[in-house]
Amino acid sequence: MDNEEKIATRESFGRALSELKENRIVVLDADLDSSTKTEYFKKLYPDRFIQNGIAEADMIGTAAGLAACGKIPFASTFSAFATGRCYDQIRTSIAYPKLNVKICGTHSGITVGEDGATHQMLEDISLMRSLPNMTVISPADDISTKALVNKIARYEGPVYLRLSRMNTPVIYKDDEKFEIGKGKQIGDGKDATIFSTGDVVAECIKAQELLKNENINIRVVDMYSIKPIDTELILKCASETKVLFSVEDHNIIGGLGTAIADILCEQCPKKLIKMGIPDCFGHSGRPSDLMKYFGIDANSIVEKIKEEIN
Amino acid sequence: MRESILSKYMKITKVEALEKIAKRIRMNIIQEIYYAKSGHPGGSLSIADILTVLYFNEMHINEKEPQAEGRDKLVLSKGHASSALYAVLAEKGYFPKEELVSFRNISSNLQGHPDMNKVAGVDMTTGSLGQGLSVANGMALASKMDQRGNRVYCILGDGELQEGQIWEAAMTSSKYELDNLCVIVDCNNLQLTGKTEEIKNLNYEDIEQKFRCFGFNTNIIDGHNIEAILDAFSKAEMCKNKPTAIITKTVKGKGVSFMENNPNWHGKAPNDEEYRKAIEELSVEK
Repeated sequence: MDNEEKIATRESFGRALSELKENRIVVLDADLDSSTKTEYFKKLYPDRFIQNGIAEADMIGTAAGLAACGKIPFASTFSAFATGRCYDQIRTSIAYPKLNVKICGTHSGITVGEDGATHQMLEDISLMRSLPNMTVISPADDISTKALVNKIARYEGPVYLRLSRMNTPVIYKDDEKFEIGKGKQIGDGKDATIFSTGDVVAECIKAQELLKNENINIRVVDMYSIKPIDTELILKCASETKVLFSVEDHNIIGGLGTAIADILCEQCPKKLIKMGIPDCFGHSGRPSDLMKYFGIDANSIVEKIKEEIN
Repeated sequence: MRESILSKYMKITKVEALEKIAKRIRMNIIQEIYYAKSGHPGGSLSIADILTVLYFNEMHINEKEPQAEGRDKLVLSKGHASSALYAVLAEKGYFPKEELVSFRNISSNLQGHPDMNKVAGVDMTTGSLGQGLSVANGMALASKMDQRGNRVYCILGDGELQEGQIWEAAMTSSKYELDNLCVIVDCNNLQLTGKTEEIKNLNYEDIEQKFRCFGFNTNIIDGHNIEAILDAFSKAEMCKNKPTAIITKTVKGKGVSFMENNPNWHGKAPNDEEYRKAIEELSVEK
């Protein structure tokens, strides 16, 4: 995978958005369109692009008003501001009235890198998945991002789309299908399952390959749909594999691991080892160094799995 | 000459008719809150005249088609005045008036704060202050994009202007030249814990100046003078390339003597005796 083309999901998002042939779509941004990549849409459809300036709460409210009139707004900014700063606006003006707004948070997780803790959003999954009516989508690569941007544009209701800044390998083939509410099982090893989401899925796949060399066969499950979550797939993996892990570029509180634990504890009690950011804030550094520091890079995942299995 | 006398006469008749409706709206409000044993009478009574003019004269709406595309819309940003909105919607025929007594009840659709998915005629869900102007901007933008020409009205409380998002939104309204947007600020100068001008140095003159600086066409009027409200709305409609903010000087609790200008009536219900007295006062013909 190392030699393959790498692309950030924010880039895939921007491209997919500009290719959507639906004139009810309106894109909003808060002075970050060159970073969130909504600039591609802006260039093609200036009449359907709203620049709210550095005013995220206003952007969310404007999007709600557009949706109330039948538009399909995609409101985009960094995930820290999209979800944290605007939580109440999302809650009152979008989630509760169930308005058809797509909130697109780029620059999620520690892989933002050098900008540091203020910009490394590690609580967004937790915040968004606890909101009634909200769908939470967290794609891992270029292909799945493009497919899911198309899906959520057609889906009626509020969606949070979690995207990354860091370039990541392309995992899937062009014709791979993605459904809201489903996960994607990669491999069928029975020694362990790693549930993962977003930009660290590629690290899990690398870990899977490394472990294979040591005769440990695991499966990786890309949980690109965090809410609704693929309960059936979780239970299937829980019954078919010996040990369960979750790996995420998010606080271990309230994220993917928690969502899976919610299912397991009620329907199939089994140990789940949660890997992620251990309830602390991030800090500045190169994304690769940070992933290593927080133990969510391929090598750290390999070590942790070996430790648990043996 | 004859025409102008006729139009003057018609205007007087219209004003009188609207004043009568406003009185019924006030009685509805008191009734809702009395039966609910909770609610916000003060800030509901202060916007009764404005809502009456909007729903019975100004807005292009049809109660038989509450979801009609291209209708005018209202965002009641100060959602705690829901009893006033329900009072006017019921009076207009969006739902039976008998439902008003179920306000805030567990089996009712009339939530403490307005829910657009539960009540016909409610155009936007509100409750958390400061969010309505952004939403109204979005609606006005959608109307412009579709070249529909429908208008959007947004009622803000004066205390609500302490929320920063209002000013983020005000910049958006003027940037996009939303002349199909009309903001009405209910300046009753009272909020839960005291006078608005003391809590954040906001009196109606400051408010007018602020909206003007933010690029709005502004107008200060008496928010209980039906004729003045009618005139302000027609002026707003004539103004091009600018949003309008009508700063209405109002009295919190207007129409019920013991509630007027008394912050204690921000969020409480009348008891039996107070209810009887309020209805009695509102029943008196001028």
